[in-house]
Amino acid sequence: MEVRINTIRKEFDRFAALNDVSLDIASGELIALLGPSGSGKTTLLRLIAGLDFPTAGQIFFGEEDASHHSVQERNVGFVFQHYALFRHMTVAENIGFGLKVRPSASRPAKAEIRKRVSDLLDMVQLSGLENRYPNQLSGGQRQRVALARAMAIEPRILLLDEPFGALDAKVRKELRRWLREFHDRTGHTTVFVTHDQEEALELADRVVVMSQGKIEQVGSADDVYDRPQSPFVFSFIGESSHLPVEVKDGTVLFQGEPIGVSGQADTAGDLFFRPEDVVLTEERDALFGKVTASRRLAGTRIAEIDIANNGHDPYHVEIEVPLHAPIELGSEARFRPTRWKIFTK
Amino acid sequence: MSENRRISFRNPADESFTTKLLLVAVSLVFLAFFLFLPLVSVFFEAFREGWVTYEEALLEPDAWAAIQLTLLVAAIAVPLNLIFGLAASWAIAKFEFKGKAFLITLIDLPFSISPVISGLVYVLLFGSGSLLGPFLKSYGIEILFAVPGIVLATVFVTFPFVARELIPLMQDQGTGDEEAALSLGASGWQTFWYVTLPNIKWGLLYGVLLCNARAMGEFGAVSVVSGRIRGLTNTMPLHVEILYNEYNMVAAFAVASLLALLALVTLALKTFLELRFGAGAAGGRH
Repeated sequence: MEVRINTIRKEFDRFAALNDVSLDIASGELIALLGPSGSGKTTLLRLIAGLDFPTAGQIFFGEEDASHHSVQERNVGFVFQHYALFRHMTVAENIGFGLKVRPSASRPAKAEIRKRVSDLLDMVQLSGLENRYPNQLSGGQRQRVALARAMAIEPRILLLDEPFGALDAKVRKELRRWLREFHDRTGHTTVFVTHDQEEALELADRVVVMSQGKIEQVGSADDVYDRPQSPFVFSFIGESSHLPVEVKDGTVLFQGEPIGVSGQADTAGDLFFRPEDVVLTEERDALFGKVTASRRLAGTRIAEIDIANNGHDPYHVEIEVPLHAPIELGSEARFRPTRWKIFTK
Repeated sequence: MSENRRISFRNPADESFTTKLLLVAVSLVFLAFFLFLPLVSVFFEAFREGWVTYEEALLEPDAWAAIQLTLLVAAIAVPLNLIFGLAASWAIAKFEFKGKAFLITLIDLPFSISPVISGLVYVLLFGSGSLLGPFLKSYGIEILFAVPGIVLATVFVTFPFVARELIPLMQDQGTGDEEAALSLGASGWQTFWYVTLPNIKWGLLYGVLLCNARAMGEFGAVSVVSGRIRGLTNTMPLHVEILYNEYNMVAAFAVASLLALLALVTLALKTFLELRFGAGAAGGRH
């Protein structure tokens, strides 16, 4: 089921949590809504589900305008951040709940419900735990019960709010892989919310980067990492440093001096680059500053460098250097960005 | 094996043995004097002249009428407050609206004002000098010095109990479970019945028990509106006082013992529920 979000706006007490957001989700896609807290990602997910209603704009499920349909009518599977399992019901009762509450005309017989529940338990690899209560399960098991419960109603789309937020690092990684396989097997259009970029980049077909109620960029992991389209995306995804520069006659000038980097149109803006996209150099035209700290990071070393700023607070940048590079604390390091992007102010 | 020397660490929050003994002794003596002794003496006085006299005192028509009236008032007031308490705590815990803080304060009002004043309010509202009283009387409806007045005063005095019990509980639980149920296709009523009610049942029962205990025991407010007509508008607490003022000690204590017994049963039930409820709450939230 494809989902089309058309200039959605959501205000809470006149504060715009979502500001004219549009997004097309293809059928069978696995989409991550990624952003810091307060970026509106959970609000968007709840609007798609019908747990909240937009101030303006429409949401289409296929050709159908679902904007004014209730959450029941939309038939979506929603997995809550803290799972929201019914604690007085067993695992089997939790999973069967969505079938039990159907109107009698469409409600499956009891034996049929039992069969469906046991199939779903198989699917989430929890067979044998039917009669446990939620508080007798581990975090990862609860998570999978919540997923099975959402899948029981044969939802048109699957929505997950911070699905791995409450789990420890190891379980998180396992479940991430498991969810990817699960998605590939069932083929449901899936949208999940996360603030963890690693999770979003690893898991999703496309990542929707959000900030302050707006979509900053939509794209594959490669797109958002290698071709960030805004200063926010550049600094939010991965590590980066930035310096104010000018472009004149095809040359990038920092503090009026060329740094060995070429630019296009004449402009003034911020030069963004990633720590790994620099090279140490002896050339005169380069960035240079004092090494204030260096730390070992797996196979490489990260050097922190302060670049003098005419008596103001120095600019602070981080660069990745080879393990045996002649970098010492207090010494001067000269380097050039090899990949960069200038965002006009 | 070499001898295992036990090294004892003192818990920083712990006290010495004498201090503990002293604290326990003080509380026990206090409880014995101020709670246990009076309670025992009620039953002792009640049964001083034997079971037959006790039975006669309770089955005496005016006493029997008071018992029936008390049960009737509780039977009306408690369900009313159950519904009101549920509605109010639902509204406060699950929705955001203007005037919410005001509503919470209002719910506490009966706790903070003297029961006598609560009774007087109804006298002012429905008395012969008021607007409403004569109007209702012209239709043959008596409020003051009749059962409706007693019920009103009791409802007023006891209405915080259920709401006060449920508001923190429901606020703590939030709306996650309800949203989950709705997203699975449940209707509002199914959500309430299958999800909300089971989540709050122990708290609700606890609130109802406290409400019931107070409804049966209320003296001040009821005494103002009842008019104390023997056999008609006397509840058990009022009847006890009348008998006492008439120096009819055995009868007074007999009725009092029944009231105390009701309170004890409530307390026992409450303790039992607390054990279950406490265990449920501990493992409940995840």
